[in-house]
Amino acid sequence: MDVAAEVLSNTHLSSDYNVLALAAPEIGRQALPGQFVMVKSGDRLEPLLRRPFSIFEVLRDDSQAIGVSLLSKRIGPSTTLLYEAKPGDRIQCLGPLGQPFVPVAPPGEAWMVAGGVGLAPFATLAEALRITGVKSKLYYGARRADELFHLDAFQRLGVDLELTTEDGSRGTRGRVTLPLERDLKHRAADATVMIYACGPEPMLAAVAAIASAYGRPSQVSVERVMGCGLGGCYSCVIPIKTPQGKPHHVRSCIAGPVFRGDEIAW
Amino acid sequence: MVTSLSVRIGSLTLKNPLIAASGCFGYGTEYSGVIDIASLGGVAVKGLFLTEREGHPPPRIVETPAGMLNAIGLQGIGVHRFISEKMPELRACGAVVIVNICGTTIHEYVELARILSDVEGVHALELNISCPNIKEGGITFGCSLHGTADVVSAVRKATTLPVIPKLTPNVTDIKSIAKAAEEAGADAVSLVNTFLAMAIDVETRRPRLSNIVGGLSGPAIRPIAVRMVYECRQTIRIPIIGMGGIASADDALEFMIAGASAVQVGTANFVDPLIWPKLLGGIESYMARHHLKTLDELVGTLDTNAREKEWISS
Ligand SMILES: Cc1cc2nc3c(=O)[nH]c(=O)nc-3n(C[C@H](O)[C@H](O)[C@H](O)COP(=O)(O)O)c2cc1C
Repeated sequence: MDVAAEVLSNTHLSSDYNVLALAAPEIGRQALPGQFVMVKSGDRLEPLLRRPFSIFEVLRDDSQAIGVSLLSKRIGPSTTLLYEAKPGDRIQCLGPLGQPFVPVAPPGEAWMVAGGVGLAPFATLAEALRITGVKSKLYYGARRADELFHLDAFQRLGVDLELTTEDGSRGTRGRVTLPLERDLKHRAADATVMIYACGPEPMLAAVAAIASAYGRPSQVSVERVMGCGLGGCYSCVIPIKTPQGKPHHVRSCIAGPVFRGDEIAW
Repeated sequence: MVTSLSVRIGSLTLKNPLIAASGCFGYGTEYSGVIDIASLGGVAVKGLFLTEREGHPPPRIVETPAGMLNAIGLQGIGVHRFISEKMPELRACGAVVIVNICGTTIHEYVELARILSDVEGVHALELNISCPNIKEGGITFGCSLHGTADVVSAVRKATTLPVIPKLTPNVTDIKSIAKAAEEAGADAVSLVNTFLAMAIDVETRRPRLSNIVGGLSGPAIRPIAVRMVYECRQTIRIPIIGMGGIASADDALEFMIAGASAVQVGTANFVDPLIWPKLLGGIESYMARHHLKTLDELVGTLDTNAREKEWISS
């Protein structure tokens, strides 16, 4: 489904983060937590290719899906255009795409681990977990206190928050894996805990390793450079472990972006 | 007026001149949920070797002005898995399948041609003698007259399917290569594959692709590709399948006027996977506007007569 979605609003969260609300009812209706859309910013030849964005929120009006929002961090020409988008602009949006998170069922617990803009897929996941009554917790790391966003919304969904900042301006100082590892150490071995992670790849690798070390399953959402989002170009591959030992490249757009943490050859 | 968009490529008749470019459309099956792949003139599937290949480590693509570089390294499932896993669906969809084949030796091309000749639903073979991203074979054939002639004539003897060598633009004189392909028995030629190129991150001084170099595609290459199609049209008689940066109906028409009987679209399909009906509609309305009944009235009709001064009434 490719729609020329109208920008409903563009909320600047900081000098480089923004939330773009897009009118795309059908994408909103179909979206599952962890899925993404391919977005074309502008209608020029530069930037040429679309970029993948996790679906941040499903926007609803009286429980009817009216669209989706994207959490974006300005890092290049595409995200700059998205940062500068005005209500009424149209943005080409293809999706929802990719394999979603596999939700854990009660009495299992969900521990979500987000680094920076890696927060994006967890708003919809937290919502889905809330509906099935799964106890959930968000480990959320950023550079500074003013780059921790959307906390109220997670609290309203009953999510426990565990915050870290690199400069110590809020929560624990240091990496988000610190409190994660501390909690894993103390969690009863017979409790079911599913770990979900999204963020920079070194963080994902660390989360997957920690989860494995404590015998917990993990699901990570990777972000590789994507060309098409549909499996057409073989750009976004990620190495997956094989029984033969030599890793095999799979397309993260159609086999992912969510993978089991222990299946990736980090 | 009834217009026909059908084109003949050797013994093959395509219902329209739009073909998905190899490597830009997966094995075709990836797109069957997005568009009706049988509505295309043809689908050139991802380049296939005899065996599976892992390709290069990522990053495999990088964007450049109005284009992109790729160094995928021909990752693929190999011809046998393609036949057993992908062909049933492609047949069921009714897609016109053009298999892009790659080898490191002439023997491998011949072997691939033999195997594919017996497969129902394979309509033509595109010989990839032009991939800039693998060291061995492939492009080394496409860069020499003898290499091109040898691969084409060997494959010609091994199959009755239409044989379409795909030419590299990374040569001094593409029309002589096209001529060598024609003389060796090719039914058509397709051109161009990507231009060997590179991009560097100046802060880190690292290449942007793991393979260091890659192939440039997209609108940036279009004027060079159009010129190459035009040059080949002057030199050979077999049909030309033109490509390189097509992103609109006018772009496709440009190639056809320069001499391409059919066109392929690669990079633009990444940007807009629903581009196909738009291209087709644009070509149809152009033909209606210019009162053309068949594509023969368009292909290779570049008007190089001296320009008359336009009468501009003010
Ligand atoms: C990601 C990518 C992969 C490609 N893989 C192949 C391939 O497997 N075989 C081949 O003959 N050409 C391959 N090509 C070249 C295209 O088929 C086409 O010749 C070239 O991209 C120019 O057309 P475009 O500008 O419309 O993309 C590839 C191109 C891209 C961008």
